[in-house]
Amino acid sequence: MNDAILSIRGLRKTYGTGVDALKSVDLDIRRGEIFALLGPNGAGKTTLINIVCGIVTPSAGEVLVDGRNWQSEFRYARERIGLVPQELTTEAFETVWNTTRFSRGLYGKPRNDPYVEDLLKRLSLLDKRKSEMRFLSGGMKRRVMIAKALSHEPAILFLDEPTAGVDVELRRDMWEVVRKLRADGTTIILTTHYIEEAEEMADRVGVISKGALVAVDEKRDLMAKMGKKTLEIVLADPLPAVPPELAEWKVDLADEGHVLRYQFDSHAERTGIASLMRRLSELGIAYKDLSTHQSSLEEIFVELVHGGGRETVPGQGLSLPAGGTK
Amino acid sequence: MNLHGIAAIYRFEMARWKRTLWQSLVTPVITTALYFVVFGSALGSRMTEMDGVSYGAFIVPGLTLLSVFMQSIFNASFGIYFPKFVGTIYELLSAPISSFEAVLAYVGAAVTKSVILALVTIATATLFVPLHIDHPVAMMLFLVGISAGFCLFGFAIGVWAQNFEQLQMIPMLVITPLTFLGGAFYSVKALGEPFRTITLFNPIVHVISGFRWSFYSVTDVPVWSSVLVTLAIIAVCMAVIAWMFRTGYRLKQ
Repeated sequence: MNDAILSIRGLRKTYGTGVDALKSVDLDIRRGEIFALLGPNGAGKTTLINIVCGIVTPSAGEVLVDGRNWQSEFRYARERIGLVPQELTTEAFETVWNTTRFSRGLYGKPRNDPYVEDLLKRLSLLDKRKSEMRFLSGGMKRRVMIAKALSHEPAILFLDEPTAGVDVELRRDMWEVVRKLRADGTTIILTTHYIEEAEEMADRVGVISKGALVAVDEKRDLMAKMGKKTLEIVLADPLPAVPPELAEWKVDLADEGHVLRYQFDSHAERTGIASLMRRLSELGIAYKDLSTHQSSLEEIFVELVHGGGRETVPGQGLSLPAGGTK
Repeated sequence: MNLHGIAAIYRFEMARWKRTLWQSLVTPVITTALYFVVFGSALGSRMTEMDGVSYGAFIVPGLTLLSVFMQSIFNASFGIYFPKFVGTIYELLSAPISSFEAVLAYVGAAVTKSVILALVTIATATLFVPLHIDHPVAMMLFLVGISAGFCLFGFAIGVWAQNFEQLQMIPMLVITPLTFLGGAFYSVKALGEPFRTITLFNPIVHVISGFRWSFYSVTDVPVWSSVLVTLAIIAVCMAVIAWMFRTGYRLKQ
């Protein structure tokens, strides 16, 4: 399951305006995985997808789909790729059934009504098959776009911001759909700026910022490597201020002096927890509860995107700034 | 060759045409028929014959082509411009279909619509003016060739246009005047010099002359010239479209 279904090598894009949207991106997508590409608006996520799908012309670089060049063997490559773009772009007067069938034909597949019917059923669209697109809600349109992208049975599915602007319930439904697709063997690459989405679904996560991949790693490893932990000590009696004797641990107070917080690197040889607890005992500060909290992917994302000073080492795990984690 | 892709686009375009049949077929036929009523039935008897053909019958090929020019350009340009406008062009650009296949499908559908429009217009004309076709096979070949040329021209306009105003600008400001000055209503031979020579630089003159020859065996220019100009329009437009797809001009970023 670890072979690359999609390989991106040295992909660069400079738009006519002079904007460097992508700066030599290298990335391997493994067969059957869900890969989440995170990044703020304008980071280059959509440009990357559009180049792979043939919508944007790259300035340099190469994409291999199953080892075959995506330009010289465009038919082979494109037959294997489905795209759900960010914008809800549909033909207003077409019915759900016709627009899905159109997409299947466009991608070179013969008519297969049972397949299309089953696809619409899986996406809870079957009862809407005769409805014109203009009468559908935003969420339904999003589902139709997924149906269109899947109509030619692609091995790779790009979902560009699949849950942008949809309500919480529908977002959960979408996640379920994506999980089912993965279970069917489809490789899924989704871009999102909902960290929760990546945290919920992805096997691996890539973080892109200002056109460069700043991190690519297994979601769990990423969280483990970058994840700072916070020890929260619930005090028996509140403190008015942090005692100067605790300065070396850089602790702070929360909850009106009831909670003492200490942030530590869980992978360090010495976390500093033991010495902190000893010092608290020496100072006679009593506590009644202890708990630890792991950094969320969102906190890691903010750290990566706004932390700066990192070199890209795609495909080889997380890239770290000089001196290790902050 | 992606035959399923070509068929999908062709069917899609024809379905769109059927949804707007009043606008794309009935309206141009009625408009053209009004010309036949006015110039054929009402005024035709008071006007002199042109090249031995009654005036009402003489103008049928030119007026039919005027309608074909406009609808060919509108249909083909709208076919590719609208996906650009609403954003569904992404699907065409990301599909395993070559630019040749895409153009074949879009232009093929537009040509089909233009040929149907022309045949219905000609059939309608027979109700008002005495009409005969001396060379029916040549008439069909000219009709398909001319439709193909102007549909390709329309497709190129659709790629080039960045708004609806640009989409209408060339057919309204260039093609209509060139057709009116290109012998749709008169024989170029009736013009004095230097206007006669100047008019011959208008490609529409050659196109209409060839099409009219297929009806009444009368010409303003040699038939070979009409054939060459028709083929030249097709070739030039194909070259422009090929360049557009190769460079991604106004299709890709």
